[in-house]
Amino acid sequence: MNLLHKLAEKPWLAQTEGGDAALLEDSGPRLPAKTALKFFIAVVSVIFFLFTITFLSRSQYPDFQALAGEPWLPLSNTGQLWFNSALLVLASAGLELARRQAGRQPLGAVVLALGAAAVCSVGFVIGQYLVWLQLSDRGYTVSANPANSYFYLLTAIHALHLLGGLFALTRLIYRFAERPNLASLQQNIGLCALYWHYLLLLWLFLFALLVAPAETYRAIAAFCGL
Amino acid sequence: MTDSAIADLPDDSHHPTSFVSKYIWSQDHKVIAIQYAATAIFVGLVALVLSGMMRLQLGFPDQFAFIDPSAYLQFVTMHGMIMVIYLLTALLLGGFGNYLIPLMLGARDMVFPYLNMLSYWTYLLSVIVLLASFFVPGGATGAGWTLYPPQAILPGTPGNDVGILMMLISLAIFIVAFTMGGLNYVTTILQARAKGMTLMRMPLSIWGIFIASILGLLAFPALLVSAIMMLMDRLAGTSFFMPALLSLGEQMEYGGGSPVLFQHLFWFFGHPEVYIVALPAFGMVSDVIATHARKNIFGYRMRVWAIVAIGGLSFVVWAHHMYVSGMNPYFGFFFATTTLIIAVPTALKVYNWVLTLWRGNIHMTVPMMFAIGFIFTFTHGGLTGLFLGNVVVDLPLSDTYFVVGHFHMVMGVSPIMVLFAAIYHWFPKITGRFLDSGMGKLHFWITFLGTYSIYLPMHYLGFLGVPRRYFAMGPTEFIPESAQSLNAGITVSALIVGLAQLIFIVNLIWSTFKGKRAGDNPWEATTLEWQTATTPPGHGNWGAELPVVYRWAYDYSVPGVKADFIPQNCPPSAVEMAAAEGGELDDNKGPYNEPTA
Amino acid sequence: MAIAIVILLLVIGSLVFHFTSPWWFTPLASNWGTIDDTIEITFWITGIVFVAVNLFLAYVVYRYRFHKHRRADYEPENKKLENWLFVGTTLGVAAMLAPGLFVWAKFVNVPEDAQQFEALGQQWHWSFRLPGEDGVLGETSAELIDDNNPFGINPDDPTGLDDVLISSNEMHIPVDQPVKVMLRSKDVLHNFAVPQFRVKMDLVPGIVSYLWFTPTRLGRFELLCLELCGMAHYTMRGHIVVDTAEDYQAWLAKQQTFAEILNAPVGDPQLGQQVYASCAACHGAQGEGNEMLNSPRLAGQGARYIERQLGYFKDGVRGRHEKDSYGMQMAAMAAGLSAANIRDVSAYIASLQAPVTVAAAGAASDEGRQLYRNCAYCHGEWGQGKAAQNAPALAGQQPAYFKRQINNFQQQIRGAHQQDIFGRQMLLMSRLLQSEQAVDAVAAYLHALPVVQRGEPLAHMRASAQDGGDLDD
Repeated sequence: MNLLHKLAEKPWLAQTEGGDAALLEDSGPRLPAKTALKFFIAVVSVIFFLFTITFLSRSQYPDFQALAGEPWLPLSNTGQLWFNSALLVLASAGLELARRQAGRQPLGAVVLALGAAAVCSVGFVIGQYLVWLQLSDRGYTVSANPANSYFYLLTAIHALHLLGGLFALTRLIYRFAERPNLASLQQNIGLCALYWHYLLLLWLFLFALLVAPAETYRAIAAFCGL
Repeated sequence: MTDSAIADLPDDSHHPTSFVSKYIWSQDHKVIAIQYAATAIFVGLVALVLSGMMRLQLGFPDQFAFIDPSAYLQFVTMHGMIMVIYLLTALLLGGFGNYLIPLMLGARDMVFPYLNMLSYWTYLLSVIVLLASFFVPGGATGAGWTLYPPQAILPGTPGNDVGILMMLISLAIFIVAFTMGGLNYVTTILQARAKGMTLMRMPLSIWGIFIASILGLLAFPALLVSAIMMLMDRLAGTSFFMPALLSLGEQMEYGGGSPVLFQHLFWFFGHPEVYIVALPAFGMVSDVIATHARKNIFGYRMRVWAIVAIGGLSFVVWAHHMYVSGMNPYFGFFFATTTLIIAVPTALKVYNWVLTLWRGNIHMTVPMMFAIGFIFTFTHGGLTGLFLGNVVVDLPLSDTYFVVGHFHMVMGVSPIMVLFAAIYHWFPKITGRFLDSGMGKLHFWITFLGTYSIYLPMHYLGFLGVPRRYFAMGPTEFIPESAQSLNAGITVSALIVGLAQLIFIVNLIWSTFKGKRAGDNPWEATTLEWQTATTPPGHGNWGAELPVVYRWAYDYSVPGVKADFIPQNCPPSAVEMAAAEGGELDDNKGPYNEPTA
Repeated sequence: MAIAIVILLLVIGSLVFHFTSPWWFTPLASNWGTIDDTIEITFWITGIVFVAVNLFLAYVVYRYRFHKHRRADYEPENKKLENWLFVGTTLGVAAMLAPGLFVWAKFVNVPEDAQQFEALGQQWHWSFRLPGEDGVLGETSAELIDDNNPFGINPDDPTGLDDVLISSNEMHIPVDQPVKVMLRSKDVLHNFAVPQFRVKMDLVPGIVSYLWFTPTRLGRFELLCLELCGMAHYTMRGHIVVDTAEDYQAWLAKQQTFAEILNAPVGDPQLGQQVYASCAACHGAQGEGNEMLNSPRLAGQGARYIERQLGYFKDGVRGRHEKDSYGMQMAAMAAGLSAANIRDVSAYIASLQAPVTVAAAGAASDEGRQLYRNCAYCHGEWGQGKAAQNAPALAGQQPAYFKRQINNFQQQIRGAHQQDIFGRQMLLMSRLLQSEQAVDAVAAYLHALPVVQRGEPLAHMRASAQDGGDLDD
């Protein structure tokens, strides 16, 4: 592997003038923002990974009542959640479209796609909030059961990350309006698109996790040895 | 091309003009580093005073009316949390990480200067929230720095009401600050290195900071997750960590949660945290030793691999803090094994420091004294770790003063030794002046001998079975009276060491204004930060042209070259020419600038 | 130069300290000699490394000290040397790890013939439970715990009825018999540790953890809580008494089972009223106490506390110390009471509702309240006492009596007796009131506290205090 190869270098060996490989190689374009975003995504993944592990371990305690699996359980009807998911898919698709269009003139399509993505994202957050209201109306409050606690917790943290992304997106649009710079726009929309795709995948994972029946948790927990 | 602009632009851009933008809302990594360091040192002094008060109670029980059991536990908790997180992590990464990364790598600044500034102000906010918790009703939390539930959020523990909330919120803010900083450090190291600076040419300081930043990015989330879940248990009545239980005779509403789960999360953060502190310290002390011994670092590649290996392994040893926590005892086999495995690369690092000194030409400067002190204290602390890591030996020793002695030796004294070494070493670059070496030596001797006389006896109290976190022992059948005299002696040493830090503070202030002037490269070091055009380096660090790197960071006493060091940015042609003429490489003034007595 | 000598001296000093230290492991009293052996091995290996590395360091620092004409070697790495060091270190580590894991396997697997008992922790004392004749500990749950069922045993579970309950901090076990200690907590984390037995384990609410050992030496060993469990963590002590088999059986025969406790006769306040007639002379018809006669206020006190203290007076646990002259008077009075008398009179006293004759409203100083905050955890925010904490009511108590008792605890006149199971805690806690002024302040504060009538909701107290304004917290 390249990295292992690099780590095996003997850096003290004298290099001849002009023969230094380190000076000859072209490091290519530098995209610090993209690197940082990738690390950030790794950080967020660790957060959700840890939540998931604790969720699975908690699901094996006797007081845990899964929110789906039996017809009378609230999340057995996933209609609203599917609707929310569709909104997030649209938002993600909008950004992808904007990313592909960003290099071209005129910018009408880009602006439209960005606006649609933002609106869909806001719609997603509102939709998640509606699910909360429905749940608490039916008595599934945050402290009534650990399954409920996790549902509120995970959806809230996910939505917070989306709101953070929306903040960045708004700032991007605002700055572009102030000082149009196509190259910068293209790069930054790329970053937003990457982040949105990630949040979409993350949401689909959480969706699957949160609406699974108790047997599924048991099977996964047994598989993980929890 | 927004935030990252400065790294690539020529030097004349973005010069701050007013005092406020230059020193307060600064985006210059050097100013931010100093802000981080000053805040961390201040809050560290607060924690030092807290430890002094704890020692007063332990050494001379029933003498000080203002220290009651509640206050004592609050001192313990705040002392521990401040020292580990708000001093060591912030000073090593926020302070030295910020200062050294761009300078040692030949960059103009961090890649995201604005984010860097935000990171500091967020850190400051977390410190303010933390310190404010002393003044809320009920006072700061007294749950111990590990904040174990259930007791952290139940009556019966001081500060269970507002104090613990402030602590958790402060930690969450700190984690946000660290994440902003950490992303910056990692990205800068990966993407803003000068031409020719390959990964294996990086000084070990940078390697340590690099791996520690990655560890921090991946480990702090565990603390964040546990803090969020505990906040919900406390505020929303959820039962993540809270089983059905009583509190002081009253039934609580909780049910079904697992306190051990919190411990797993906490130590999944907590053990890497040890290395978040240790790895930068390992790196910086390596550079200090190589420079002042005029010798290349021994086994550079092995050291890099060891840093990476320790970083990786640090994620699979966490439960060695939990051998007696009531978790499944079979975990003990796995975690004892991984823990003792991690001892091997750590031991190799110690050998390599000593072997670097071997056949060197050791200049006994103040930084070198601290570095040698570090080797001694770290050896001691590392070896006592082998007691606690080995699961059955931990049984009699855990939760006693042996643990306190061990972790203060390895995680308190050792990184502090490195921090002092680093401050004495890099101060001439930061300010253009030397720290006074007379005061420095006095400071070293009191700190080195004093701390050893504090912590060595503590291990023996631990063998005896003296419990940690006890406000007072009172009369017991198995602890002899003499243990109390020992405790009093420890307290006297601790107070002396604590007061001796005033020498350091005075030295810092005095030398900043009146210290002996140092040149650009007073220690005749090879690494890039010493090759700047001006000292202290100006905004943008490098003048018109970025440096180009031709060699590794440790070309000291290279055979065939008269000068005993070749800077990293010295091209091979210059060396050849010098060798051919038998002359000097550059304006090497012969004997060392800061020779020993 | 100096530093090389200092390192040499530190190494020698550490060795001297080690070998001459009087502070060392307490003599072993269990089967876990293997743990001591593992420590011994660890000590030798780490000790040799410590001495070797640091002596070499001192030598290097001395030998290669700065010299104008010296030039350092240039040696980036030495694979052979590094490999040898790697192999040597690995062997050393393995030599410590292997015996450690071997002994741990023994710790994890409890012998078949181990007898069980349960140690139950709460803030801040211990109680114990034995499985009784059927050898099975009855089912428990935290929700069932209350003042009448402090162990939370399920009364419908037949295996629990014969469980032997020991609500004292002192537990007896027979020598040379392996015991498996089941660890359970009512509230927060605790830790069961007896230094002489070497092993320890946390008590975690919600689960039952365990440890095992075989006591090998007769004696009375101090049991400590070693996991931070709140303000009075350091007072959470108990004793494990290792008896001969005969002594153990004799002790066991005196203990009560859960069924016996459930069916224990209840005190009759009406009979108690007759008994109280002889008390009233000093303690007052309404239990209001009499400062002139040095007799404390009794009204507001729970039956358990009165019963326990009368038992102590009768059995010579309290009121025997020569400096406790008033206590000696009381001991004489209690000597004539039967167990039934004590039960009945305690029930009667618990029903007394004497008003407090406080002259000094507002005497409650800030200082007193501040000092009382550590006491309030057990004695209650309003000094109402808590049966669950075995803490008596303090509100309205006469300052003179309060001060005398604090003094008695501080001087070990009261509370030092081995059978005064909860008084022992007060030996440590009473020391928090370091000066006479502090004791006075708390005494005045308590005296001015309104007495909580049993059953009166505390919320009501808080509301009325806020109205009054002089007792807010």
